[in-house]
Amino acid sequence: MKLTGAEIFVESLKKEGVNIIFGYPGGVILPIFDVLYHEKEIRLILPRHEQAAVHMADGYARSTGKVGVALATSGPGATNTVTGIATAFMDSIPLVVFTGQVPTPMIGVDAFQEADIVGITRPCTKYNYLVKNTADLPYIIKEAFYIASKGRPGPVVVDLPRDVLANKADFVYPETVSLRSYNPTYVGNRWQIKKAADAIVKSKKPVIYAGGGVILSNAHQELKELAEFTNIPVTLTLMGLGAFPGDHPLFLGMLGMHGTYPANMSVHNSDLIIAIGARFDDRVTGRVKDFAPSAKIIHIDIDPTSIRKSVHVDIPIVGDVRLVLIDLLKELRNIQEKNEVIEEARKQWFKQIKEWQKEHPLWYEYDEEVIKPQFVIEKIYELTKGDAIIATEVGQNQMWTAQFYKFIKPRTWLTSGGLGTMGYGFPAALGAQAAFPNKLVFDIAGDGSIQMNIQELATAVIERLNVKVAILNNSCLGMVRQWQELFYGERYSGVDLGDVPDFVKLAEAYGAVGFRATRPSEVEPILKEAIKIDKPVFMDFRIDKMEKVFPMVPAGAAINEMILLEKKKKTEKMKIVK
Amino acid sequence: MTHILSLLVENKFGVLSRVAGLFSGRGFNIEALSVAPTQDPSISQMTIVTTGDDRVIEQITKQLNKMIDIIKVSDFSGQDYVLREVALIKVSAKGADREEALRIATIFRAKVVDSSPTTYTIEVTGDDRKIEAIVNLLRPLGIKELVRSGPIAILREDKNK
Repeated sequence: MKLTGAEIFVESLKKEGVNIIFGYPGGVILPIFDVLYHEKEIRLILPRHEQAAVHMADGYARSTGKVGVALATSGPGATNTVTGIATAFMDSIPLVVFTGQVPTPMIGVDAFQEADIVGITRPCTKYNYLVKNTADLPYIIKEAFYIASKGRPGPVVVDLPRDVLANKADFVYPETVSLRSYNPTYVGNRWQIKKAADAIVKSKKPVIYAGGGVILSNAHQELKELAEFTNIPVTLTLMGLGAFPGDHPLFLGMLGMHGTYPANMSVHNSDLIIAIGARFDDRVTGRVKDFAPSAKIIHIDIDPTSIRKSVHVDIPIVGDVRLVLIDLLKELRNIQEKNEVIEEARKQWFKQIKEWQKEHPLWYEYDEEVIKPQFVIEKIYELTKGDAIIATEVGQNQMWTAQFYKFIKPRTWLTSGGLGTMGYGFPAALGAQAAFPNKLVFDIAGDGSIQMNIQELATAVIERLNVKVAILNNSCLGMVRQWQELFYGERYSGVDLGDVPDFVKLAEAYGAVGFRATRPSEVEPILKEAIKIDKPVFMDFRIDKMEKVFPMVPAGAAINEMILLEKKKKTEKMKIVK
Repeated sequence: MTHILSLLVENKFGVLSRVAGLFSGRGFNIEALSVAPTQDPSISQMTIVTTGDDRVIEQITKQLNKMIDIIKVSDFSGQDYVLREVALIKVSAKGADREEALRIATIFRAKVVDSSPTTYTIEVTGDDRKIEAIVNLLRPLGIKELVRSGPIAILREDKNK
């Protein structure tokens, strides 16, 4: 039987197990919305902006591990998706974004709502397609889902001209995909793994540095086994949070620009870094020239381009993180020899790490009168016991959350790491809530970031996505202000946001619930109330305007050169520790 | 250092733009690029001449390998290969210069492929050294136009096999 392109589209998505689409209609994409009108198996969630549709699909993908699907019309609809696509691309999130396109005979004539979205998204997608024939749709959709999710995941764009959606063709969905030009390496080289095991056994000051790749390949269990079996401390990147339990005795905290003192010092002073599913981002390495000067580096990653891109690697292992870790553990279990010199050195190493932990733990100065943002995050952690899904925006809110919320499980942490997209968190939280209607989902936001996609409050209310938004409100763009205070002579240019809007009234205007807290004693009751209420909630926490994120590695410094908040002083003081 | 990269790619629209976009987006150099279908019409062959230190060349090769439409990437540097480029040179040729232009063409085993009362168009094939040599000799006559194809290359077969 022949189906229209729009019908083939919906049937193909069902074959891929898609049950939620985040989509915004418009002229040329209408044939699909017409088919969705009668569709029972797929839930259509209507956002208020196409960018948010993609972030929602992204939050859905990060929290479930499945491919997220977004849908937009041609021209402005398509160009609005670009920030969402670039966000997913930088963080390797599997998405398929379908965009409408003007009919094929009109492509290239500057038709109404025409944009070359395939050209525009070429550098920020893993792959993209312009479908020219209805008969090609099934195999292109099959390939799109395959490419998005296999190997190093990423977003794929499929551009659908209106005539392709209207024309008819036979529908036969392919069972398998075979691409002669795309064959990721999954199993690590045995010889390299042997070398890695040998280096691990011989190292005196080893540290595991793991990232988002561990979560993407579902290797958290194997990572824990590796750390516990070898008794090696673990630091995680921003993207890796949740890949290793945040309350584990071997956990050093996050590393990098706002990493913990023990994490950065351990990496800097180590003699062996075991990098797992991480890519030595500039926010992690600091000044590359002085990164971990005496360390040998083992780098496990599915993407060969990540290896030796910024730092020298001694033992590269290309492969799926989980499969490589299984083989590495096997190899390590075969090594029986005991070496007293090494054992003694390891004891000293742990002693040193303990000292760093004691010297400069993560810390903030509690205040009876003013709400400290870290206090709010600690309370959220206490009340949710680390079992909620937490999204953040970008800036101070993101870094404080990364530091003070202990992520216990993978896929409970949604944040834009690579691109640093303000306005990501709220729609991403909505996407996760759509995937898990019964889970508690928080967005920890700043008053700047939340306003970048605040229109999605309408989506939250109407679709009953009861996300709890904790706004750490300092009436300014806090992270920029922090840089201006520390590095630009306190010239606060373009950061003052004033006291608008009234977030409580705004929430009420949308039919959600709004709360405001100005004193620390109000924080916990409000959070408890918000968790109880069966509606989306905006919590306006008026926080200390001057509060900064510490430790901080200034741009261009090495990661052992941290600005720290010095303890036991009433007045805040900064110190450069070398 | 200069490297010759030989790529087998899917013969689809947009592939050239993907490859060119990769080079410009990541700040890699392209000195020359040529592309044409192979004996299998679904596959095209691209020859790219690029420069960079070992680290850059390693990244270029890895990034190219990662691209979905690229089937195979080979770096010919350090291997035994045949490299050819075609140049079409329109040179001024009047009076005694007409003889001189033909003499130079003969020395380089070049062909005259078009002539007018005042010009010759000369076709020459070879590596870049040969092409530069003939261009230098013809220059005093007055080169009106010069078109080069960019190099293509193929590995030499092992003679002991």
